[in-house]
Amino acid sequence: MSQAISVEKVSKKFVLGALQRDTMLRERLISMLRAPFRGRSASPNVLWALRDVSFRVDAGEVVGIIGRNGAGKSTLLKVLSNITYPTSGEVHVSGRVASLLEVGTGFHEELTGRENIYLNGSILGMKHGEVAAKLDSIVEFAGVAQFLDTPIKRYSTGMRLRLGFAVAAHLDPDLLIVDEVLAVGDAGFQRKCLNAMDGLRSGGRTVLFVSHNMAAVENLCSRCIWIDAGHVVKDGAPREVIEAYMNTFANARDGMADLRSAKDRRGSGEIRYTGVEYLTTSSEPLQVVRSGDAFVIRFHYHANSPIAFPSFGFRLYTEFGTLVTDTSTWHHAIDIPLVPPGDGYIDLQIDFLNLLPAHYYFSLWITGAASPVHDNIEHCAQLEVALANVYSSGRMLDSRSGIVFFPQRWKVSEPVLAGASAKIEEA
Amino acid sequence: MNSQWFTDFWRYRELLYFLAWRDVKVRYKQAALGASWAVIQPLLTMVIFTLFFGRLARVPSDGIPYPLFSFCALVPWTYFSSTLSQAGNSLVGNSSLITKVYFPRALLPAASVLSGLVDFLMGAVFLALMMIYYHVKPGWSFFLVPFFLGGMILLAFSVSMILAAMNVRYRDVKYALPFLIQIWLFVTPIIYPIAFLTPKMKRFLAFNPMAGFLEGFRSSLFNTGHMDWRLVGTSVIITIFLLITGATYFRRTERSFADIV
Repeated sequence: MSQAISVEKVSKKFVLGALQRDTMLRERLISMLRAPFRGRSASPNVLWALRDVSFRVDAGEVVGIIGRNGAGKSTLLKVLSNITYPTSGEVHVSGRVASLLEVGTGFHEELTGRENIYLNGSILGMKHGEVAAKLDSIVEFAGVAQFLDTPIKRYSTGMRLRLGFAVAAHLDPDLLIVDEVLAVGDAGFQRKCLNAMDGLRSGGRTVLFVSHNMAAVENLCSRCIWIDAGHVVKDGAPREVIEAYMNTFANARDGMADLRSAKDRRGSGEIRYTGVEYLTTSSEPLQVVRSGDAFVIRFHYHANSPIAFPSFGFRLYTEFGTLVTDTSTWHHAIDIPLVPPGDGYIDLQIDFLNLLPAHYYFSLWITGAASPVHDNIEHCAQLEVALANVYSSGRMLDSRSGIVFFPQRWKVSEPVLAGASAKIEEA
Repeated sequence: MNSQWFTDFWRYRELLYFLAWRDVKVRYKQAALGASWAVIQPLLTMVIFTLFFGRLARVPSDGIPYPLFSFCALVPWTYFSSTLSQAGNSLVGNSSLITKVYFPRALLPAASVLSGLVDFLMGAVFLALMMIYYHVKPGWSFFLVPFFLGGMILLAFSVSMILAAMNVRYRDVKYALPFLIQIWLFVTPIIYPIAFLTPKMKRFLAFNPMAGFLEGFRSSLFNTGHMDWRLVGTSVIITIFLLITGATYFRRTERSFADIV
């Protein structure tokens, strides 16, 4: 099989701080006048977005790239797309490359849908004749036929996305590089994107895509690369790589998950989650959580100052990134007038856990009344629902049976049962 | 500089056309007066110049009516100056393209150079009408006009590459640019004929390649009979030098555009 991509010991350095200082010609001239023989002082603030990254991709492979925000995924895609250049190392990419780092790159508000299709197509590397030949199909895919001659400043966000993706979907490249386009748009749009990528895959094209949607990576990719802090951490079968990656989010499986040193945190920080604890309904520490259990999740927090009307909430995800539920005190219309400074906790009592055994992950958030987000941590704590005798049938169920279950009873009609017993008697 | 740079530029020529086309479309869509701006701007400047320099200061005009004399230079000058200010911002203004797609970066200043020609063409049509009005016939030297225009376009491209690339690195280029253009206007024989100057000043002016191209453009259009070939030659040499310098500087800096723009 021929090679589509070869990346050899690629590193990319960003010098922070130096840019701000030197962006004015005036200052540069002044500093040259002051000390004409001194070179630019070396900046100590160096960020290695990529460090000694090497891998090869064969033609026809579909490779997912996963990792935390700021791990270097986007920089890698930009290096592969020739947009930015590595500080050291070699990159070879063969065949016609299409990079989709953003949907609708180069769209101009004042131009009509039709004009933007031609412009965007040309920017993505299509010939004029090619766009003309595919115009009808692009318009149909985007579903904007009625508004084709309307300036896109009148388009809704959704229409713009569809138009942008429609053009990109008609690119027909040998190698498609996609960055997180699945993060935007509604479910219908996302499904369309995935279908289009699946089409490329079955057409034998090489696809490289960055996503936080683990289910998409698992379903679409033949291979997965996990990048962290500019390094390739793991490269292999999607299921294994994703599992290894997700495991790093929750290192405290039992007792209490400590969140005080959690990374990737957003928000004002005035009030922060400090830990998650599982308790029995009588407030004893809970060792194992099983399907159907009643138990308490205790969220510990620390407030720096009095916080008025906060909402505490969380989203629960499967290990493949599917959202299971999103709930909060706000959803229950619970008003908390004031949280005093210091440590505290809030309990969520669950009367009947109807999740099937698997690993689940919390994304926690606290918002304020007027001010936006106080705290937001993605994938920070793990809820492990242990293998269980879910339907009291003696059969142990696990994640292969799905995500949820609910109280249920199968009824087999009398004639069938009667017929069966007759058969048995005959035999 | 290697041949890859030029072949890439050629391979992406269709995008160059589209970027220029976008510039033109957007410019006329947003303006209430649309395409007429291309004529209004040099026209009003001409009226002011005629009043102050032609009537009050009695600046000589090579035996051509002063309005025609100044307008003839203002049409290419307007092209040149607006191209520089457009192209100077072309990289910074298209940062979303630069950070998201690969294409030869020089296409962006080149597109500004190209799209300005539409305005220039409209100004030229108006210039032709004015020549009819003043009964000024072009002479045999008319066939030299494309040569001077070509020189000016090449000069615009060379300077544009330098300004655009510098603007990415040093954001105050944006503030220096209008000032540069204003000074450039006065050291170019637009308001006055080059014969108006003392020999010493003339020698100094020769360092401005626009002087040779505009003076040549005017002389060949009106067939004034005195073409200063030494001045024109100097302009051509300086333009070639600027083109090589500009392309080299651009080529050297373009790899970092996406990281700092």
